[in-house]
Amino acid sequence: MKPLIDCIDLKQHYPIRHGLLGRQSLAVKAVDGVNLQIQRGEVVGLVGESGSGKSTLGRTLMMMEKPTSGSVIYDGKDIAGLTHAGLHPYRRRMQMVFQDPFSSLNPRMTVEDSLTMPLRFHAPELSAAQRRDEAAETLERVGLSRSAFERFPHEFSGGQRQRIGIARALMVKPEFIVADEPVSALDVSVQAQVLNLFSSIRQTLGLTLLFVTHDLAVVGHIADRVAVMYLGQIMEIAPTRALFTAPAHPYTETLLSAAPQPKAGPRRARIAMRGEPPSPLNPPSGCVFRTRCAHALPECAQERPALRPAPAGRGASHFTACLRDDLSLTPAVTETPSPRIRTPV
Amino acid sequence: MSDPILSVRNLTIRFKGDGRETQVVHGVDFDIHPGETLALVGESGSGKSVTSFALMRLLPEAPRCRIDGQIRMGGTDLLALTEPQMAAYRGPRIAMIFQEPLTSLNPVHRVGDQIAEAIRFHRKMDRTAIRARVLELLRMVGIPDPERRMMAYPHEMSGGMRQRVVIAMALALEPELLIADEPTTALDVTVQAQILDLLRDLQKRTGMAMLFITHDFGVVAEIAERVMVMYSGRIVEEGSLGAVLERPRMPYTSGLLASVPRFEDAGQSKGPLGTIEGFVPSPDKLPAGCSFHPRCPQFRPGLCDQRMPELLPHGRPAHPVRCLRAPDLSLVPEVPA
Repeated sequence: MKPLIDCIDLKQHYPIRHGLLGRQSLAVKAVDGVNLQIQRGEVVGLVGESGSGKSTLGRTLMMMEKPTSGSVIYDGKDIAGLTHAGLHPYRRRMQMVFQDPFSSLNPRMTVEDSLTMPLRFHAPELSAAQRRDEAAETLERVGLSRSAFERFPHEFSGGQRQRIGIARALMVKPEFIVADEPVSALDVSVQAQVLNLFSSIRQTLGLTLLFVTHDLAVVGHIADRVAVMYLGQIMEIAPTRALFTAPAHPYTETLLSAAPQPKAGPRRARIAMRGEPPSPLNPPSGCVFRTRCAHALPECAQERPALRPAPAGRGASHFTACLRDDLSLTPAVTETPSPRIRTPV
Repeated sequence: MSDPILSVRNLTIRFKGDGRETQVVHGVDFDIHPGETLALVGESGSGKSVTSFALMRLLPEAPRCRIDGQIRMGGTDLLALTEPQMAAYRGPRIAMIFQEPLTSLNPVHRVGDQIAEAIRFHRKMDRTAIRARVLELLRMVGIPDPERRMMAYPHEMSGGMRQRVVIAMALALEPELLIADEPTTALDVTVQAQILDLLRDLQKRTGMAMLFITHDFGVVAEIAERVMVMYSGRIVEEGSLGAVLERPRMPYTSGLLASVPRFEDAGQSKGPLGTIEGFVPSPDKLPAGCSFHPRCPQFRPGLCDQRMPELLPHGRPAHPVRCLRAPDLSLVPEVPA
């Protein structure tokens, strides 16, 4: 099947000038050669720690920033080279939901104005009354009533504001949404409400979703596939269950072991990272994770490992950027083995 | 059991503003024993941070804020102390770390000097002794190359390293009680894991007690032996880690636990997460009866909206629960642990 989004060797570098008269130039390689395909109707979780480039990748896919190089094939067409005007028809097809809805909603605009504004640009054929009706319907879809229309963002709780942020993204009937940490600022019980809302709109509207977050449990709940980023590169990408039960990259193993679980009883063994995070201006040669990896070999410094099919029968859609296939990494969840017919010895 | 190092009785906090008085903490009681870690869990607006600020006497002075009740530490009521007397407690007896280490550090001073200042304020020590102590502390909190790092400014360090500096500063005078208010919330998971390991390890070495304030049940499970759940300014459930996480009796606690996505279910469609409808009521508009009743799936009209339940032991083995329906509810956690 042809993916809705196919990004090929995508790079987003930010040059930094320093030295005498700013002549030496270095670059922060926020996204450095990412290949990622997203199928129609799929939810892909993008996890990583701060500085991994996950938000930049999301913004670049949205063409909020022009990539340094590489392509973003959106529904068969490379949109990375398009002009502002050329992008216009695509803007309607993809939308973004941000972490803090308070800073992405205009505090002086009523909810109604915030919701109908995108339609003025993207659907100028609609009358004011039609725009209002659309807005009311969308509000209802996200669990708010029309009585919210005349109110301002500050009158709502964090969870309600995030619903408004989602409603605004839905106004232009997009097919693809990038949600950047949309539940990170919310309390647990509210976080669950918003996650359920994402699941339900994804179902009813058939949305394709890139869910960017640092929270592995959230990704485990919402995503069909998970990509793990470190220093601008994808370390591992796998169907969600497989990532939790059979991680193939040491960084994934470390992340999974570090995430605290709400369970009493003996603590899981923690896989510690060595050393300190490298400078993004001067990432390690070869594998970027090798300076922190417990399994690094001299070869790891030689060449940057490309994403390749994960070893040991992990399935065709499981990829890792680790050279080693002799590792037995600790899973976050052990699958209770299904009864099997024993093969006679 | 040993005598508690801190005893809070009937702690009540009211704020005054706009000609109104708003009560945000309603008669909180608890004890902390030497060497134990007590977690105080709640959502925003539950009063957990205000409670911890009151213990340190960091809330504004009267008349803007009125604190009643007792906070006893070794026979002294901290609420009865003058400000200079209280200053002698902060540091040597009771110390606090916060979510954002940058707010606890002065951006224009070297971190080593800031730790040294905390020591100098309370102890008569000469420069070399203080320097040695600063190095020892930095080493203790796992900062590599402390001789060089003590000369650094806060902005030159990563978030995790800064939080280590703040912990070093808090522990400089070997307090009996460390209050940690969401100390890992702003950190990446791998760094959070390191800081939690560090706090646990330091506690083992120094025998200090910890009051750990967080909204994250995962963190609670990592660090605490005992848990208090707070809602709308009251403790609503209290017990051992196992009791609260696996045998919750208060519908609020079980609702919170059901709303946390679990690793076990990752990638398996287990249907929607459990939610608690509505939101935390504003402290000046608390509903009559049990504050949780408008959101409670177990709400019984004529009972829960009539009077505030007391915190009473329920379950087997029993632990304190504030719920009128606790006797006739057998709440199994909605997510099997």
